[in-house]
Amino acid sequence: MKKERSYQKVIMKIYADNAATTKMSRTAIQSMLPYMDKVYGNPSSLYTIGQEAKEALEDARIRVAFCLGCDPKEITFTSGGSEADNMAIISAARLGERKGKKHIISTAFEHHAVLHTLNKLKREGFDITLLDVHQNGLVTPEQVAEAIRPETCLVTIMYANNEIGTIQPIAEIGKVCREKGVTFHTDAVQAVGHLPIDVQEQNIDMLSLSAHKFHGPKGIGALYVKRGIRLTNLIEGGAQERGKRAGTENVPAIMGMAAAMEEAVQNMDANTKKLVAMRDRLIEGLSQIPYSELNGDAVCRLPGNVNFCFEGIEGESLLLLLDDKGISASSGSACTSGSLDPSHVLLAIGRPHEVAHGSLRLSIGEDITEEEIDYMIKSVAEVVEYLRNMSPLWKDLVSGKRQHIFLK
Amino acid sequence: MALYSEKVMDHFRNPRNVGSIENADGIGEVGNPVCGDIMKIYLKIDNDIITDVKFETFGCGSAIASSSMATELIKGKTIQETLQITNKAVAEALDGLPAHKMHCSVLAEDAIKLALKDYYDKNGIEYDPAQFVIHDDEH
Repeated sequence: MKKERSYQKVIMKIYADNAATTKMSRTAIQSMLPYMDKVYGNPSSLYTIGQEAKEALEDARIRVAFCLGCDPKEITFTSGGSEADNMAIISAARLGERKGKKHIISTAFEHHAVLHTLNKLKREGFDITLLDVHQNGLVTPEQVAEAIRPETCLVTIMYANNEIGTIQPIAEIGKVCREKGVTFHTDAVQAVGHLPIDVQEQNIDMLSLSAHKFHGPKGIGALYVKRGIRLTNLIEGGAQERGKRAGTENVPAIMGMAAAMEEAVQNMDANTKKLVAMRDRLIEGLSQIPYSELNGDAVCRLPGNVNFCFEGIEGESLLLLLDDKGISASSGSACTSGSLDPSHVLLAIGRPHEVAHGSLRLSIGEDITEEEIDYMIKSVAEVVEYLRNMSPLWKDLVSGKRQHIFLK
Repeated sequence: MALYSEKVMDHFRNPRNVGSIENADGIGEVGNPVCGDIMKIYLKIDNDIITDVKFETFGCGSAIASSSMATELIKGKTIQETLQITNKAVAEALDGLPAHKMHCSVLAEDAIKLALKDYYDKNGIEYDPAQFVIHDDEH
């Protein structure tokens, strides 16, 4: 007998992948437009529309710096978070090796922009220590203190994890680094615009950010670098960005970023309050699914991040069926990345391969409603049950042929 | 362009022959949970003909679609005809699979071969082991 699956008509469209990228805000879009067809001059040109563009650029720098609590001269615009991470790490490494310091401390679950840069340095002879992030996805300042050696030139630890949303004790880690005289960089791509940041209070020497994670445009970001730390160029050419980052500045994108950042910072308290309640409702609902577990600490967590593992199913099929129900989400399954191993983040917090393949990340946006949260809970529960019903692995878990990984 | 062909999505959304067969004449299971895919094929065989086939799969969209298509391809076929069905035939019937998903079709071919081997073993029928070479999947 041919069993056809009947499809519930899509009744909602929910974008729940805000950790991947966000919808641009109207304010950000509007703030970009004049710099495309009116003030389109090259900021390096001396005539009026060039100088107007230059003024806008410097104004944006002041506004971005204000949001981070630093001096405008400490902001370098980049193409995004990855470039900022590369530039920060390479710069600290070059400064370190000149003094014979070739040891870098980081964590096992950093973004690949950090991990791959560290791998490159490792091949050059740097010694890299990757700290354990424990089952809850958190490092402690004590771990950092213990790992620092006389030859340590950099500590680079992400502010908030992009997959499981855990927030590190950045100010405390910064304090340890400051006391020991080690440069501290944080990849704050997931944090800026979502968590309060003050680089001085938090003892941060370098910080990477990306505009499209807080409703700004794609392809633009910034690196904050404390005065006195010399940057190494990744891109050679013209004298833009005080000669540290060549290439005509993307003025419209920079204006969009500054506007989006101000908007995010202004609305942060209200957004956080709303998102945390929605997030916790979603976590509570998904926890009712048997043999599922939240990934990462429940409290030290980004307001919009929910990440679960479900036993007996695979993430890609889960995503495809959720897409059919109008839900855009992501997974740490190997099949969604094109690699053979599941997410390095889930492996770093000790999830075995078999459950890491069955992970789901829902990163909700500020416009989410309670109704949408409940629809997501219902949809995920339905899809997980449906996939489990055709999974020989789930059958083996139920019959006791294989051992469950989660308690319930 | 979408990742998968319409046919893959059709077989993924409406998989044919899902389930198990009680007292199956042959059962084949390949893959493992660590790699993220397991495929299990159940066969009912009468007079050398595959009279019924069911599958259970833990895996991605293309793994489910490949299992579904493979069961459709072998239903009603003789054992010898079934042994001729390659992973490429499964992938072609699905209007192609992305390169990094071809191994899903290999799992389908292997699961069927193991189920047939199981049938031969259970019934003490002699066979040429060369016909049952299972791919050492590049997991």
